[in-house]
Amino acid sequence: MNKLVKWGLPIVGLAVLGIGWYLGLAWAPPDREMGDVQRIMYVHVPLQWMAMLAMFLNFVMAVAHLLKSKPGWKLDSLAESAAEVGLVLGALGMVTGAIWGRPTWGVYWSWDPRLTSEAIMLVTYTGYLVLRRFVEDPDKRATWSAVVAILGAINLPIVWFSVRWWRSLHQVQSSPKTVDPQMVLPLRVSAIGLLLLTLVWLASRYRIALAERRAEVALPEALPGSGAPSVHDTPKVA
Amino acid sequence: MKPTRPRPIGLLGATLALLRKDLLIEWRTRARLNAIVFFAMATLLMFSFALGPDTRLLEKNAGGYFWLAVLFASVLSLGESFRVESENNCMDGVRLAPADPRAIYLSKALGNTLLLVALGTLLLPVMVALYGVRVATGFVDLGTVLLLGSLALSAPGTVYAAISSNARARDVLLPLLLFPLVIPALLSAAKATTLVLQGDPMNQLGSWLGLLLGFNLIYWGVGFMLFPRIIED
Repeated sequence: MNKLVKWGLPIVGLAVLGIGWYLGLAWAPPDREMGDVQRIMYVHVPLQWMAMLAMFLNFVMAVAHLLKSKPGWKLDSLAESAAEVGLVLGALGMVTGAIWGRPTWGVYWSWDPRLTSEAIMLVTYTGYLVLRRFVEDPDKRATWSAVVAILGAINLPIVWFSVRWWRSLHQVQSSPKTVDPQMVLPLRVSAIGLLLLTLVWLASRYRIALAERRAEVALPEALPGSGAPSVHDTPKVA
Repeated sequence: MKPTRPRPIGLLGATLALLRKDLLIEWRTRARLNAIVFFAMATLLMFSFALGPDTRLLEKNAGGYFWLAVLFASVLSLGESFRVESENNCMDGVRLAPADPRAIYLSKALGNTLLLVALGTLLLPVMVALYGVRVATGFVDLGTVLLLGSLALSAPGTVYAAISSNARARDVLLPLLLFPLVIPALLSAAKATTLVLQGDPMNQLGSWLGLLLGFNLIYWGVGFMLFPRIIED
C-alpha cells in the first residue's frame, strides 16, 4: 500500500471524524424533544450506515466469488474482511442505539422490527464467521461461505426498510432528508470521517486475510515429504 | 443384441429417483422418523414442565411451542439427511451419476419436508392431549400451515446441512447458521398456527401464509441455484 495512503488516510479520517463530532457535540443545537441525548445520532447513524455498507460489500464479493472465472483469493479475502468489519460496526451501532434507547424509550431493548431484524443480521454474520473458522480447505471455505453470505444477505433489505414497513417504536432512518438542516452538516462530516476509517480498516484487514490465505495455500508444499502432486501445485495466489 | 445406452434422465426424473432412494432407506430403518418424533414429543413435554402446569398459558402459546419443537427436531433430521451420504463416500457416487446436481437438492429438501410434515401430523394429537388445544378454523388451514412451514424450514436447512455435514463441529454449526435465518418463517408459522387453533376473527391468516409463501419462494429459489456449488469438489 502506498505510504501516503497508509498513513495519510487514517489521519485524515480521524481528523474528519473529530471535526464531525465536534460539530455534533458543540456546534449543532440540541434536539427539541430529546435534548443532548440526541447527539448520539452523530455516532450511531454513521456506524449503522457503514455496517450496512460493509455487509453489502460482503454480499457483492460473495456473488463475485461464485461467478468468477479465474482462480484467486482476493474476492474471498475481501468478503471475509467486510463481514468482520461490518459485524463490529453493527454491534457498536446496536450498543449506541441501546444507550440512546434507555433515556428516550425508557428501555435498552425493545422487540421492535428494526431492532429485531438488526439482531438477526448480527447473529447471521456471526454464523458466517464461525463457519469460516470450521472449514479447513480454503477452496471449500470460500465457496461455502459465499453461499451462506448470499442466503444471509436476504435479511439486509429487511433491516433497512423495517422502519418504513412497520411503523413502530424506532423512527424512520435519520438521513439528511429527515433531520434539521443544522444537524445535516455534523451528520455528513461524521459519516465521511467514519467512511474513511472504515476503508482503512477494511484495507488492513484485507491484507491480513490475503496473507492468511497465502500461508494456508503454501503450507502443503512447504511440508517435508509431501512430494505427491496436489491441487496446490498450481499457484493460486493472485 | 446391441448394448443400449442408458436413457438421459431429466431433473424431475433424477429428483424422484433420489427421493425414492432416500425414502426407501428411511422406510427400511425408520430410525430418523422415530427419533425425531420422540424428541419433539419430549420437547413439548419439557415446555409444560418448564412453565408449570398452567393450561391456559400452554394453550395460548401452543403454536409457538409446536413450531419450536419442529425446529429443534428438524436440526436432528437435517443433519442425518446427509450423514447417510457421507458413509462409504456415497455422495461421490451420487455426484458421478449423469444427472443434474440440483436434483440432489430437490430430493433432499423434499425428503426433509415430507419427514417434517409426517412429524407434525404425529405431533398434533399429542399437543391436543397435552395442551388442551382445539382446531378452530379447520384441518385444511392446519395442513396448509404445516406444509408451508415444513417447506420453509427445509429449503435453507438442506443447504446448511450439506455444508455443515462436511465441516468440523457440524452439530454446533447447523443450528448456528439455520436458526437466525428461519426466524421469519418460524414467526409466521407460529402466528398462523395460533390463529388456526384459536380462531381468526380479524382474517389475518392469509397474510401470514403469504409471508411463509414468499419466504419459501426466495429460499427454494436461492437454494436451488446455489446448491451445485456446495457439493462440487
